[in-house]
Amino acid sequence: MTDANWEALSNQTVAAAGVLYFLALLVHLAEWAALRQPAVAGDLVTAGGGDTVAEGGYVGTATPAAPAGAGEDSPRVAFLGRLGLMLTCLAAAFHFVALVGRGMAADPNRVPWGNMYEFTLTGSFIVAALYLALYRRFRLGWMGPLVVGFVITVLMVAVIWLHDAVAPLSEALNSPWLVIHVVSAATATGAFTLGGIASIMYLVRMRAERRAAAAGRPLGRWLARVPQLDALDRLAYRVHAFAFPVWTFAVLITGPIWAHEAWSRYWNWDPKEVWAFITWVVYAGYLHARATAGWKGRRAAMLALVGVATLWFNFIGINYFSTSSQHSYAGLERPAFLDQR
Amino acid sequence: MSDQDRRPGELTARELLRWLWRQVTSMRTALMLLLLLALAAIPGSVIPQAGVDALKVTKWKDEHPKLTPVYEKLDLFSVYSSPWFSAIYLLLVLSLVGCIVPRLFVYYRALRAQPPVAPRNLTRMPVQASYRTELSVDEVLDRARSVLGKRHRLRAASAGDDYVAAERGYLREAGNLLFHLSVLVVLAGFAVGGLWGYQGGVIITEGSTFSNNLTQYDDFKPGGLFTTKQMKDFRFTVDEFDVEWIKKGPKTGQARKFEAHLSYHASQDAPEKHYDLRVNHPLEIDGTDVFLIGHGYAPVVTVRDGTGKITYTGPTPFLPQDASFLSFGVIKPPSTNPQIGLEGLFYPTFDFRNGNPVTVFGEDLNPTLSMLAYTGDLGYDSGRSQSVYVLDKMNAKQIEKDGKPVRVDLQIGDTFELPDGLGSVTFDRVDPWIRVQISQTPGKGVALVGVIMALVGLCASLFLRPRRVWVRAIPGTMDGSGETLVELAVLDRSGNGEMDEVLSTLLGQLKEDPR
Ligand code: HEM
Repeated sequence: MTDANWEALSNQTVAAAGVLYFLALLVHLAEWAALRQPAVAGDLVTAGGGDTVAEGGYVGTATPAAPAGAGEDSPRVAFLGRLGLMLTCLAAAFHFVALVGRGMAADPNRVPWGNMYEFTLTGSFIVAALYLALYRRFRLGWMGPLVVGFVITVLMVAVIWLHDAVAPLSEALNSPWLVIHVVSAATATGAFTLGGIASIMYLVRMRAERRAAAAGRPLGRWLARVPQLDALDRLAYRVHAFAFPVWTFAVLITGPIWAHEAWSRYWNWDPKEVWAFITWVVYAGYLHARATAGWKGRRAAMLALVGVATLWFNFIGINYFSTSSQHSYAGLERPAFLDQR
Repeated sequence: MSDQDRRPGELTARELLRWLWRQVTSMRTALMLLLLLALAAIPGSVIPQAGVDALKVTKWKDEHPKLTPVYEKLDLFSVYSSPWFSAIYLLLVLSLVGCIVPRLFVYYRALRAQPPVAPRNLTRMPVQASYRTELSVDEVLDRARSVLGKRHRLRAASAGDDYVAAERGYLREAGNLLFHLSVLVVLAGFAVGGLWGYQGGVIITEGSTFSNNLTQYDDFKPGGLFTTKQMKDFRFTVDEFDVEWIKKGPKTGQARKFEAHLSYHASQDAPEKHYDLRVNHPLEIDGTDVFLIGHGYAPVVTVRDGTGKITYTGPTPFLPQDASFLSFGVIKPPSTNPQIGLEGLFYPTFDFRNGNPVTVFGEDLNPTLSMLAYTGDLGYDSGRSQSVYVLDKMNAKQIEKDGKPVRVDLQIGDTFELPDGLGSVTFDRVDPWIRVQISQTPGKGVALVGVIMALVGLCASLFLRPRRVWVRAIPGTMDGSGETLVELAVLDRSGNGEMDEVLSTLLGQLKEDPR
């Protein structure tokens, strides 16, 4: 295949992935709608929602393992859920082919991380891939519509505003550190995003629970499928706890090493670096908040959302807000690659 | 002071100090300071910073004359070395030290302590289970010891105990302490670099030699405690500089594969060595790093005076104005009478497009100079500080012919005769130049070791799950069933683990038939 063929293939598979994600979103929304209809004896929320009576008098734990409401799904709901998952898998496969295509279209072949379009394509792919990878382990079924909705939004932003033709890597990007740095940064970004979704749901469910308890009615069917607050909190924590060291590795180890190789200063307070640092500090704050009385739970979840906001602002926003992105390698000051990282 | 002398709520100075210290070292303060640090870092990403891009700062100041004094007062052009930013992180460091030092002692004691005795009623613990077995109490406890003993520390049994107490995950706290300590290490490394390091930039044309002393630098930024004694005595020559120009595809006109072939001497009398300097491949000489960070063109021009004597010859670096490598430069022959000076543009690949002179490519395929000439007092010997890239035209006038400004347009090999016997200008050839950054960054190794330690500590702290396990065996005679009642409880000390899994695994191991 010629380079032009590869590029065309990449563009087509992005489109196909977009369509499939969209179908997956529709199916998940249908699943959602199907959940709402039969208001079978929903589980009444008790304030605090903690104590469980020991079953059979013997084995009993404070945290029910399965999210409330799971297992009661009608066959239709279960079918739609499975269909949505399958469509998402398929979409992610196309998404992956699109990435490979970008790399193959370049001469010489390279990793598909040469510009913002490719970074965004990669970032959204990693969100989808991590969701699929963790689907079973953390029972993420309830997250489907949110993840797919997020991925398709980002993909649309990438295609509409960021699309760029395939080109060779600029010189400064041409380093083994690119691979290590970008893989770790993108993995952390994907994980932080999933953690952020869990934190949003924590806040949403908390609010809904309070309202439901006040009105004395059961929680909405879909929300009832979302794990309980303490399980959500733990899920969010575990995802963040995975992402934080990866992010540390990306922005505080490989980033500075590479910056030192490329332009002599390992830390230069460039806007991109500043925001990576801000993200890091906010998430350090999140981890602290979870251990601080009065900050546990709700406020910690809000901090996680601030973290995600700084993360994505850095990823996309800084390239548009920051005016320093026009330094070419030939420029007087320094190469442009930093703004593309 | 007796208690009666004090009004309620009044504190002694000591109590006040202690109270302050407790506030400073509390988790809540640490959290607040972290968030404050994040917030304080924002302005520096929005406002141009002197340490990052001095040129942009100057431009910004020109555009905002009203705001500039206010911003200057608030140190907004150097946020990261400002007193208020420093105050935040110094407070954080203080809080950090105050936080970890006591924890070190607590940890030291915890390391040597035994797992605590079992709570009286295990079935009241949040994560617990119980079952009955035909094994005797001693058999159950022996089993529990061998199951737990592999990965837990066990409490030494004393006579009459009806339980086994076990604990694991001591390294979590160690990891946490290591992480917080390494934050200090990183800061120390960072500070050393800031104080004793330096960065300098210099433009070197192909074929010329750079010797590492202050006079040779174009710009030089030393740290606060830098001394010239730190400068290493090396020199290098740029033998050749290669670029590959992209001739097709969307990045046409861009350059890549920059490679400067250097020969260098690491000290006065060291043997000559060679190095191909490329982007991402700095040359390290004895603790000093040399980086390739830019390139451009230096037209070689010869200037003669009216008598034909050469007053100036040599490559003159022109500075690229944009990605097309259209470059601006100034030529100043030092000793002519009257003084003359030239200022203008260099086009690597000159062409006319819609009647305008442009360069259509970055490579020097059709190199062309187009300059204006000046004469009069150009300030060469006035003692005023002179930039090599600026012509001081205040007291000079433009050279004219027939009432029109003279435009010195040259291609390689051309000579231009200036009017009125002022001499001539010849364009001999074009040499490339490279811009290198030369820097010492002491403490970078310390900072790197620090972050790696931090990462190790962090992983230990986040992924190890400290927990306590108790197993109690109650003889069947107590309730007449004849079977031993085994109670098992797990306490998650991190608050983040999935204890149900742990519980059921342990349960499985305990119940497993040993025969
Ligand atoms: C330079 C500033 C600091 C940074 C970047 C930082 C970062 C972190 C991070 C990332 C964690 C999560 C790791 C873990 O959960 O074990 C953590 C935990 C912790 N930090 Fe800090 N910290 C800082 C300052 C402080 C200070 C000043 C204190 C004392 C008040 C403190 C006390 C703690 C404690 C007690 C934990 C453990 C929380 C837990 O049990 O989950 N930290 N810190």
